[in-house]
Amino acid sequence: MKRLVRWLTVLALSGLAGALLLAIAGLPPAPVRLAGEVAGNLAASGVSHPVTAVLLNFRGYDTFLEVAVLIIALLGMLAAGLPPPPPTGSRNAMLPTLARLAVPLMVLAATYLLWAGAFRPGGAFQAAAVLAAAAVLLHLAEIQAPWPQHARGPRLAIAGGFLLFLAIAAALLVNGGLLRYPPEQAGLLIVLIESGLTVSLAVNLAAFFLLRSSSENGQILRSTAKMGEKP
Amino acid sequence: MNQFLDPLAWLILLPLLWATLAFVAGDRVGPRLAIAGLVAQLLCALLLAQDVARHDSIGHLAGGWVEPLGIRLFADGLSAVMLLLTQGVALALVIYARSYFSKATPPAFWPLTGFLIAGMNALFLSGDLFNLYVTLELVGLAAVGLVAAGGGAAQIAAALRYLLATLVGSGAYLFGVALIYGSYGTVSASLLGDLITAEAPLAVWLAAGLILTGLLLKTALFPLHFWLPPAHGGAPAPVSALLSALVVKASFYLFLRLWLGPFATLAEVQPLLAQLPAALGAAAILWGSWQAIRADRLKVLIAYSTVAQIGYLFLIFPLLGSGALALQAGMLQATAHGLAKAAMFIAAGTLIKVSGSERVLGVAGAAAHLPVTLFAFALAGVSLMGLPPSGGFLAKWLLIDAALAQGQPWIAGVAIAGGLLAGIYVFRVLRLAFRVTAAGDDETPPPRPAALLEWSAFLLAAASILLGLFAMPLINLLAGVAR
Amino acid sequence: MTPGLIYAVTGCLLFVLGLGGVLLLKALLRRILAFNLMGSGAFLVLVGLAQRDGTPDPVPQAMVLTGIVVAVAATALALTLARRWHALTGREDIARVGDAGSRKRGRQSERRNTPR
Repeated sequence: MKRLVRWLTVLALSGLAGALLLAIAGLPPAPVRLAGEVAGNLAASGVSHPVTAVLLNFRGYDTFLEVAVLIIALLGMLAAGLPPPPPTGSRNAMLPTLARLAVPLMVLAATYLLWAGAFRPGGAFQAAAVLAAAAVLLHLAEIQAPWPQHARGPRLAIAGGFLLFLAIAAALLVNGGLLRYPPEQAGLLIVLIESGLTVSLAVNLAAFFLLRSSSENGQILRSTAKMGEKP
Repeated sequence: MNQFLDPLAWLILLPLLWATLAFVAGDRVGPRLAIAGLVAQLLCALLLAQDVARHDSIGHLAGGWVEPLGIRLFADGLSAVMLLLTQGVALALVIYARSYFSKATPPAFWPLTGFLIAGMNALFLSGDLFNLYVTLELVGLAAVGLVAAGGGAAQIAAALRYLLATLVGSGAYLFGVALIYGSYGTVSASLLGDLITAEAPLAVWLAAGLILTGLLLKTALFPLHFWLPPAHGGAPAPVSALLSALVVKASFYLFLRLWLGPFATLAEVQPLLAQLPAALGAAAILWGSWQAIRADRLKVLIAYSTVAQIGYLFLIFPLLGSGALALQAGMLQATAHGLAKAAMFIAAGTLIKVSGSERVLGVAGAAAHLPVTLFAFALAGVSLMGLPPSGGFLAKWLLIDAALAQGQPWIAGVAIAGGLLAGIYVFRVLRLAFRVTAAGDDETPPPRPAALLEWSAFLLAAASILLGLFAMPLINLLAGVAR
Repeated sequence: MTPGLIYAVTGCLLFVLGLGGVLLLKALLRRILAFNLMGSGAFLVLVGLAQRDGTPDPVPQAMVLTGIVVAVAATALALTLARRWHALTGREDIARVGDAGSRKRGRQSERRNTPR
């Protein structure tokens, strides 16, 4: 019986795949062309890259909500229960050295990505991902201690960027709509929002790896080896 | 300046604000933030309903950009009713939860509840298919977090099953939206309403099928309901109430909105398609009621009752073509069920807390020391059964009226049968509760729960009954819904 | 056959493969990966289909960026729950809908495991 159900599922899915391919092959051209509209309004958007303009201006409300989605994922992790801090003292010499070399470069790269988002692919999310990766690298090299479950710092950092976005969205209601930027200040406001988001999202993504339950906390995991010294 | 006080925008901003503050501040401040926020939101919902009653629909361009470049938020009678239901029930539930969790709050409960409500409000106000995907994920992930909160293996398993189901649902939805954008170049619901004609290409039919099936999975319509009983039956009572009363209604609302809006022409091309959700709804009523009658644990009984009552919502689809009766019946059913099911779950929560047993048999003799709670449970049951003068009765009355008027008597038959079946499982609980146990005088009475626990359940249950008497404002709100 | 159309076709196949994976696979980690495959398929279709005539369109590209973040959040939550499930029960799979026998066994062991 179980095998019959599985084969029926495979059959149904194959049928779906076939139908989809047929549908895509015979699709007439789309009536609405948004690329032209984006190009036309790019000057008033405050940035010069069309994708950034869509992400932070024309459809900025989507971006606003997706930050909330990421916070919810972290809350879900807190709700389900955090794992204990990892065991320490692995005596690995390579990883801390690599971390000390790589992390400053990663921070530099993240800053560049944030700044470059205005006129080429880049922006807050990309910069935040690189920063979070740097934090995870530091954690794996045992230079950065895990964050205890109830630590205020990470929570304030995560909330700060999002609340800044929210405050700007609310303030702009005066201008006639949620997140409706006045064209002259659009660029400045977008830079402000992106900077706040970079910090907030970086801490959020890092917290997925660094937040640990408080049961065995109190260990100081900072490696005592200075640069070049054997641990 | 009065654009600053736009209730539509604040219905989305307020819950996001207090949820974030609750995240930073912790469980001591959480309840106060939630109650204050929800009171303000209820006010906004009332103001918005007033505006909608005057203008039939209110629009708000997010970012100030006109469609299809920007995202348009809008509120009409349908959104207004759902917003009022959500803020009202949520307010009662957070007041209950504050007392219920007085000793030990599940971690992250307050911020997750805030984000859940924010997501739902954003969903009811959005007119852009991709934005709706983001709101669906907001609601879905927050709901999964709430199911998992502080739980043991069973709750985590239920949360995992729920998560996988909801992700498949939204994955299918997203793929459908991708097909639609490829076909038309826009994801604006209002523009698509004009663009999707009877000669729509195959891709649009597939997209509609994927989107609507994904939403059915999220609404737990039979046979895609498998994730609901463990999730709603295993979570703490306030969470079960939030999920059964409100969250499943959000994806139903979206299904209805798309059916009446962008996909309306597709539904008209093949009227037989509307029979499919109705047939599944009928099966849901029969199967859900049967499982509720057989259930061993009280909350699982109530969860299966939700599976059955969701079936009623889908009976209206063959009847939507002519006249507004079916739409009114559906929304009344959604509202009455929301109020009654929330009342029933929190009454059950109190009963379980006091008796210490999760099983239906644990309710035995409860009427002696928990009269208010039992009365609330009974009133909620009256609405679920569809006895006059409750809101549930009015909803079924309108449904039967519409079914007979449009020559679909089988729907009327199913509605009546469902009421009888609901009676069986409701009376199963009540019979046990009113059983007089031969207790000796030396047996100590169980501890009395906080008064707030009992009276919040009673308030919600009374509201579901009064809805039947005072339904006119709701019906008037729905009058202007464009089809 | 334009590049956009090739992406769209690949996206359809990935989506169906991912859907099959979530429904039919046993191990939790693989089901989560399969869900990511579904998401990637949807993103490919979103971008590829919209650009099938060769002209780039920034709107679906921005939508995909948003979609990726949402998928990351969903995956993070799923992995968290899977990790917790493993910590509590030592298992790496949950009973699927078709597993009638194992569901009953699972329910019995759940009743034994969780002291409520």
